Amino acid sequence: MTDDSLWTIFLNASLINNFVLAYFLGICPFLGVSAKLETATRMGGAVTFVMLVSSSCAYGIHQFLTAIDAPYLRLISFIAVIASTVQLVEMFIKKVSPGLFRALGIFLPLITTNCAILGLALFQTNKGYNFVQCIVYALGAGVGFTIALVLMAGLREKLELAHVPDVVRGTALALMLAGLLSMAFMGFAGLGG
Amino acid sequence: MKQQTTATDEFVKGLWKENPVFIQVLGMCPVLAVSNTARNALAMGLATMFVLVMSNTVVSLLRRFIPKQVRIATYILIIATFVTVVEYVIQAISLDLHKALGAFISLIVVNCLILGRAEAFASKNTLGRSILDGLGMGLGFVFALFCLGAVREILGSGSLFGARLFHAGFQNWVVMILPSGGFFTLAGWLLLFNWLKQRRQGEVAG
Repeated sequence: MTDDSLWTIFLNASLINNFVLAYFLGICPFLGVSAKLETATRMGGAVTFVMLVSSSCAYGIHQFLTAIDAPYLRLISFIAVIASTVQLVEMFIKKVSPGLFRALGIFLPLITTNCAILGLALFQTNKGYNFVQCIVYALGAGVGFTIALVLMAGLREKLELAHVPDVVRGTALALMLAGLLSMAFMGFAGLGG
Repeated sequence: MKQQTTATDEFVKGLWKENPVFIQVLGMCPVLAVSNTARNALAMGLATMFVLVMSNTVVSLLRRFIPKQVRIATYILIIATFVTVVEYVIQAISLDLHKALGAFISLIVVNCLILGRAEAFASKNTLGRSILDGLGMGLGFVFALFCLGAVREILGSGSLFGARLFHAGFQNWVVMILPSGGFFTLAGWLLLFNWLKQRRQGEVAG
């Protein structure tokens, strides 16, 4: 696994094993933020950024914990790093672009409990990727997350105009859509070998 | 006597009226990811329930000592500790199960249900009630996971807990074990619950 080419890793993370549609990671924001196209895009950007930072930190931590032979601290330190990264990103965005900060609102701190981020850190450790591979993997996962979120938001915007029975409205309908999207993404399975 | 009934209410509400999965739609990731067989679903549900009860206990005990500003970080650390325990216990009991559930055991940490109960309930209520709440919510979660896992296994592999149910001529619905099957099954259950809720409201109104 470790000598996968970078392109394969990227394709794998973004399309073939899309984090949302194949691994079910990050479903909460996927259902919560995907009502509007614009917020979906921004959320995707923020998540990709946090993924890149926390993935490189997680790589360092994993090396350190292996060196001091304390693998049982892995989970706790990963989650601590992710929480502080999100805090940093939040302060950074607030300082640099107050407009974007207001647009993201509550979803920014909620990135901490986005399982896609922790999942990414755990998967890359399990697969034994080196530093560059980790970065590419994180980038792929982020792009995949954004694609899924944007596709979903586009579909839901159209659905606002459609007539559906009251019972189906809301989460049930969103889940049906997600199922169809997930089936469509299975078509990528042959890519990249 | 009044105290008694409300305490029971804390326990029962998680099972049906405020079922974490079907009504509140919390903790979706593990629900969809590991519910491809009934056994995995049940194991995942029990592991989550254990973490939920333990974290509710500790959070409730410490609720006077945790400063407000750092409470979320503290809760996450408490939860992560118990998840680490569960992960090693499962590995010790059954290596197969550990392999089947994979990284999703660790991902219990970011299950919004657990953090949600810690923040919304355990940090404001007494120890006994918090434990009851954790048990009720946990059982509701187990129930929901089992509903999904059973449907997916019966349709997708024609078996339940690994025992074959149908005649050999039964054609498996492969899509049910695949990721999209998870979405469809959950959508189906949500539809059923919505329908039941609407019907009851209709009865009350008319």
